[in-house]
Amino acid sequence: MSDADRIDARTAEAGTREPLTGTLIFERGAEESRCVEPPVLDVPSVDLEDVLGGHARAMAPVLPHVTEVELARHYEHLASANFGVDSGFYPLGSCTMKYNPKVDEWACRLPGFARIHPYQPEETVQGALELMWGLQEALAEVAGLPAVSLQPAAGAHGELTGLLTIRAYHTANGDPRRRVLVPDSAHGTNPATVAMCGYEVVQVPSDERGGVDVAALKRLLDIDVAALMLTNPNTLGLFDENILEITSAVHEVGALAYCDGANLNAIMGWSRPGDMGFDALHINLHKTFATPHGGGGPGAGPVAVSDALAPYLPGPVVAQRDGGFAFAYPERSIGRVRSYAGNFGVLVRAYTYIRAVGGDGLRDISGQAVLSANYLKTLLADAWPVPYDRTCMHEFVMSGGPLRKSTGVRTLDVAKRLLDYGIHPPTVYFPLIVDEAMMVEPTETESKETLERFAAVLRRIAEEAAEDSGLLHGAPYSTPVRRLDEAAAVKNADVAWSPGDGSER
Amino acid sequence: MRFIPVTCGEQDEMLDSVGVPSIDGLYEDIPVGARLARPLDLPGAMGEIELAAHIEKLAAANEDGSRMVSFLGGGCYDHYVPAIVDSVVSKPAFFTAYTPYQPEVSQGTLQAIYEYQSMICQLTGMEVSNASMYDGATALAEAALMAARVTKRHRVVVSATVHPEWRETLATYVESGTLEVVEVAAKDGVSDGAAIAAALDDATAALLIASPSFYGTLEDLRSLGEAAHEVGALFVVATDPVLLGVLEPPASYGADIVVGEGQSLGNAISFGGPGLGVFACRKAHIRQMPGRVAGRTTDVDGRTGFVLTFSTREQHIRREKATSNICSNHSLNALAAGVYLAAMGADGLAGIGRASVAKAHYLEGALVATGRFERVFDAPFAAEFTLRYRGEATAMQARLRESGYLAGLDLGRFSADDAGLVMFAVTERHTRAVLDRFVEEVSAL
Amino acid sequence: MYPKELKYDREHEWVRLDGDVATIGISDFAQDQLGEVVYVDLPSVGEAVSTGESFGEVESVKSVSELFSPISGEIVEVNEALEDAPETVNEDCYNAGWMIKVKVEDTAEVEALMDADDYEAYIAEEA
Repeated sequence: MSDADRIDARTAEAGTREPLTGTLIFERGAEESRCVEPPVLDVPSVDLEDVLGGHARAMAPVLPHVTEVELARHYEHLASANFGVDSGFYPLGSCTMKYNPKVDEWACRLPGFARIHPYQPEETVQGALELMWGLQEALAEVAGLPAVSLQPAAGAHGELTGLLTIRAYHTANGDPRRRVLVPDSAHGTNPATVAMCGYEVVQVPSDERGGVDVAALKRLLDIDVAALMLTNPNTLGLFDENILEITSAVHEVGALAYCDGANLNAIMGWSRPGDMGFDALHINLHKTFATPHGGGGPGAGPVAVSDALAPYLPGPVVAQRDGGFAFAYPERSIGRVRSYAGNFGVLVRAYTYIRAVGGDGLRDISGQAVLSANYLKTLLADAWPVPYDRTCMHEFVMSGGPLRKSTGVRTLDVAKRLLDYGIHPPTVYFPLIVDEAMMVEPTETESKETLERFAAVLRRIAEEAAEDSGLLHGAPYSTPVRRLDEAAAVKNADVAWSPGDGSER
Repeated sequence: MRFIPVTCGEQDEMLDSVGVPSIDGLYEDIPVGARLARPLDLPGAMGEIELAAHIEKLAAANEDGSRMVSFLGGGCYDHYVPAIVDSVVSKPAFFTAYTPYQPEVSQGTLQAIYEYQSMICQLTGMEVSNASMYDGATALAEAALMAARVTKRHRVVVSATVHPEWRETLATYVESGTLEVVEVAAKDGVSDGAAIAAALDDATAALLIASPSFYGTLEDLRSLGEAAHEVGALFVVATDPVLLGVLEPPASYGADIVVGEGQSLGNAISFGGPGLGVFACRKAHIRQMPGRVAGRTTDVDGRTGFVLTFSTREQHIRREKATSNICSNHSLNALAAGVYLAAMGADGLAGIGRASVAKAHYLEGALVATGRFERVFDAPFAAEFTLRYRGEATAMQARLRESGYLAGLDLGRFSADDAGLVMFAVTERHTRAVLDRFVEEVSAL
Repeated sequence: MYPKELKYDREHEWVRLDGDVATIGISDFAQDQLGEVVYVDLPSVGEAVSTGESFGEVESVKSVSELFSPISGEIVEVNEALEDAPETVNEDCYNAGWMIKVKVEDTAEVEALMDADDYEAYIAEEA
């Protein structure tokens, strides 16, 4: 049976798409084609070579030359080869791929937000400052931590900010420390951030229930530990039952507890990191607060901290002043971590979302996210083992290890096969402590029917694996391109088109 | 709840299957002391109609660029954004997608990144561009860290003509002592070549220069680059990519790493964020580059396709030994930049540059001619220039604001040494009529 | 799979001693675990290596492994062919896929390493 026959036989549900050709925008249009005309010059022209002091460009860059029609079709063609939340189910664990409300997109494009300059006098941007202040307040309330900086541009940037804040706190106390503890189940950004902050990473093992091994933690804690960086709920989708004991043990040696807020979508209105004993938290607005991922960003990673850490936050933050709002710079600030005040366009979206759903809505959202994950786990219970099987939060991690042993089919193959069914695969091979891991996060924005279909598809794929493992090794069949040669990508290192490429192709 | 499709009845069925009586039952792992026993103290939900009214009111409380004539720049510029740009970035298949970790269903994002990288390479003259950083400031800080990895040295020299917020960001990034930063004071609005040469030594990993500088001036990149290379340091150049249609690319001056704020390439100013961190370097250094990069390859059927590549540099694989902790970047802003550059083409971009430069010089001459301003720097400039106001700058700006002008950036806010200096940014959007009216207002002060 | 004439260490490097020069590479088990090798980062001739310390890295598409020296000495040659053809490590790990040659300080160090049978038993135990 050829691969093509298999598509007919096995992927009745999957649509086939127009094949991509890889034609680049540089290869479209004609030399004389234009989309936007250069502006008419209504002032005396200048001699560029002269006014630019000899820095005028000698040779024009080679950029595309297309009409607007060709440009529009090119990107529509590319878009058609993409899968987003609006395309279908996207249960990518740890990424919270929830629906991105359209009203948020409308809001951030209003000229009153999109066309204001960061250096305008504060009295001319009171609406923007009020919005930022409102968002700071809302995030502080959800976090259970009083002070917020909206400056960080992404989750990892928030981690950097939070950890530098902790570092500054220790330094100010005359107590510089050298190590930061990170669980073995942590996101890669955690150890990478620790290293950027000049600390040594020490790994903390997990216990058999999937939480932090408290005894091991206590052995590792000493006065040279600056902080514990912990994701809670953790990357197995479990709430650490010993969280209060953990944070108090950390505090006992004078260290601080940092919470990676990647999984905040599970607990809004149910439990607050501040109440768990955390001193600092970053929040991924592009996860929990429904701002879009944009194909990899921009996100925003605001940081919420305790009163003790508040003076060290990066500025500017927004404060109330004389009946209005103003930028303020914390007195012992670590300094800015970027230019201007933050990813404002993303902040507008998050604020709009929070006001749309309200405080009770946030709690309902978390409740449903957790229920949907548990329901899905129940539906899959006998087909896909979950190594740390207890009530999960908003996500759970299955192991493809047994399937691999019995059929030779790897989690990667299962992920690729899901694409044929029009479903984006879960996060795979993470966390590292689960063999052939598949991390499933359905989010609250999926219907019961979608969850049931996903479970049915995964069961069917397990059957396919048993019947014909070759089918899965060859998947996907219906996508614009199939498995790509990633080794060749590294070896050939073709990372930019240049004029002349076309002639070889 | 409009963003939850599960009905109340279905919720009960789901709870039944899971075997808990209510949602509270799912939270029993949370110790009592860590549970929130009260509702969140936040405003209640709003329907979309009320919400829209509330949001519009907040937006209307800002005096935006559609209501004011603005000459504010300082790294954030109000260039025209063609309508096609927003049409593309508004496609849900682009903006609701995650990082393209599953290339088979992410070819749109991946090819767009590859094309963006190609355009950045064309503009800067460099061989490799990454898929983006957060903004120009963080790109500069990451460039310094990268230079340290490449040279195995731990000291960088930065000119004080680099944007003060970028220098501050750099200082924050290396606060833990990972790098020593030596700042060299400016001289007449440009880098002090002699002082920089004196500051460079054989322990220096990089020289960091911006051109156009923060003051809008164009630096003598050739001699600065030579000075850096003489001691074996990398030459890091920060630039404004929208002007690279008319400015010689940094690679021509021997730049090893080029960074920049790419907001002007099709992105809204949006109160300063999200911007676009441009980052380009030599191919020989690709393994030390931070951030993602897309590459072209083929699939099992021999069809051309794109993937994220050189991933072993990144945090999800190399963890504490990664080249950076960056994960989410500013992909959608890079998409906007790609669409913008494709829409403009080389001619269009050169036209934008020519118009901005010509209008800036027109305004500069006219403002000096009013007698209210005087020139302070001799160095050439492109589309942004700095003058000294003969009087109280703050009062002047307040007066002109009443007439609908954001009359430049008062540099005193960044440094007491620069008090009285006012910087004006001009783009192709400023018509001669607008410039003339503004000059009249200034004359009437 | 594990040539008898070679010695092996616990980090899955093999050593072939010729006079006082040891050739070092990675075992078949190691190359199989890595998958397709796309890059090998090696030190320069003249550098010193010491037992148990990292002398380079080998990368596949989605993983990086450090290379640890089983012995101490000075590097006298590196396999520059791997720069253009890193896949040689997969194709011929014991011959053309060698990585460095080291002038050994103490040949007794080589003798103390595992022989093929011990190494095979060690792998079986690890798995």
